[in-house]
Amino acid sequence: MTARVPAAADAARATRAEVCVVACAEVWRGDGEVLAATAGTVPALGARLARLTFSPRLLLTDGEAMLLSTPVGAPEDPAPAEGWLPYRKHLSLAARGKRHMMMGASQLDRYGNQNISCIGDWARPRRQLLGARGAPSNTVNHPVSYWVPRHSPRVFVPRVDTVSGVGYDRAAEAGPAAARFHELRRVVTDLAVFDFATPDHRMRLASVHPGVSVAQVCEQTGFEPAVPDQVPVTREPTGEELRLLREVLDPHGNRDREVRT
Amino acid sequence: MTALDKSLSLAGFAARIESGMTVGIGGWGARRKPMALVRALLRTDVADLTVVSCGGPDVGLLAAAGRISKLVAPFVTLDSVPLEPHFRAAREAGALEFEEWDESMFLWGLTAAAHRLPFMPVRAGIGSDIPRHNPRLRTVTSPYQDGEELLAAPALTLDVTLVHLNRADVRGNGQSLGPDPFFDDLFTEAAEHTYLSCERVVDHFTGPPQSLLVQRQNVTGVLHTPRGAHFTACAPDYGRDEAFQRAYLRAAQDPDAWRRFEEHFLAGDEHAYQRAVDGFAQREATV
Repeated sequence: MTARVPAAADAARATRAEVCVVACAEVWRGDGEVLAATAGTVPALGARLARLTFSPRLLLTDGEAMLLSTPVGAPEDPAPAEGWLPYRKHLSLAARGKRHMMMGASQLDRYGNQNISCIGDWARPRRQLLGARGAPSNTVNHPVSYWVPRHSPRVFVPRVDTVSGVGYDRAAEAGPAAARFHELRRVVTDLAVFDFATPDHRMRLASVHPGVSVAQVCEQTGFEPAVPDQVPVTREPTGEELRLLREVLDPHGNRDREVRT
Repeated sequence: MTALDKSLSLAGFAARIESGMTVGIGGWGARRKPMALVRALLRTDVADLTVVSCGGPDVGLLAAAGRISKLVAPFVTLDSVPLEPHFRAAREAGALEFEEWDESMFLWGLTAAAHRLPFMPVRAGIGSDIPRHNPRLRTVTSPYQDGEELLAAPALTLDVTLVHLNRADVRGNGQSLGPDPFFDDLFTEAAEHTYLSCERVVDHFTGPPQSLLVQRQNVTGVLHTPRGAHFTACAPDYGRDEAFQRAYLRAAQDPDAWRRFEEHFLAGDEHAYQRAVDGFAQREATV
């Protein structure tokens, strides 16, 4: 065990990736007994950190079919499972709304429409991606947030090429069946955090990460987000959060491979 | 000894698949795919298939060989590598018709077929571009007080299904020992005929009753194909062959490299394939 420097000094030295992990963790604050589902390293660490600290009732998976009794443990030495969640049960859980997922996005527009299907014309794409997967279903059934590890105008576009995950405008347009359980919470990127707290649910800049300016975020965003007069700075990790992250959850520093410093 | 013996050879299986059929393929991404059966199809001239799959390299290999005219899938992925190279190439070349489904729509489309219903109502897809890209999809309005307008996921009725499980008996019962049964039992229930390949043929099953996933009334033929999911995972018998998958990916980037890959691994029968894979593993180990 190495000697610990005071929490305030630790926090001052938090890397961008660590700020991002905590910003991701924050999306699950206040969530009760729901599955924190993720795509990507930083959101997965965020979900585990939230579970270990301020959202202890969250459910987590091992990335496949098992629910973890504790988020602590390595792939080669997994903690005992507390439940079984093969895809079919996972889809039922999602349809029942007991899930808040942080998905990725190849494109995202101002109303939170997300594209993971393909770039270009859908009929003959310039670049075929994964396919819609569960994005259409997730977005109309339970809360969804997004993680964008490289904030750029290529991702934040005026109009997505195809709508995989449903945004606020499209949910409203499609009617009550789409809007009933639709809720986009936040978008976390390597530069900033957005929410949708505007009258027409357009994306709003909620905070910029330490060392990032509002102008820099707007320059990297291909549409005009709502920007309040005062934009707060994303909160720094606490000393305890840094300790958990560095010593328990991610001792090999996988977080730094997903986010540029 | 049982009188009920559905054992088939790979050639015998492949001879029963006809061009133009709708073929369901079990597994998920690069996990527990019936790859020996897919390889057997590649040795025939069967073409113009409609493939229904939570896609992985099964779709990749069939697409690369030009056997798929239409694909119904919520995704195609290699799991540890997000994008499947042959699927991408086929889509970008406009080489196949694609019906993009959401995963939940897919689950309920298979369920509808298994229950001999025309559709199942789902919330999934409403508001997204899935229905805009697919003129065959319709909505249905709840006849009850809520009056919700939902998507009617059409029955995914299949001519044949191909699945690979850990264990099977010759009567056509199949056992899944891994953590996730995926949609494999539903696939067998949605099809007229199912061909079940397995790691090991057993006389009697051991293990929890819930692992007995596939039932013989839904199975036409049983094939003993050890390492038959290769290079996809078949937990707990073996994991994904990541080194081989990387070689597959590299070869897929270039037409000449792909021709060499085909000649080396896919030109012979299943025994030749497995021998070539052993040789590949030995070379990898000595590098």
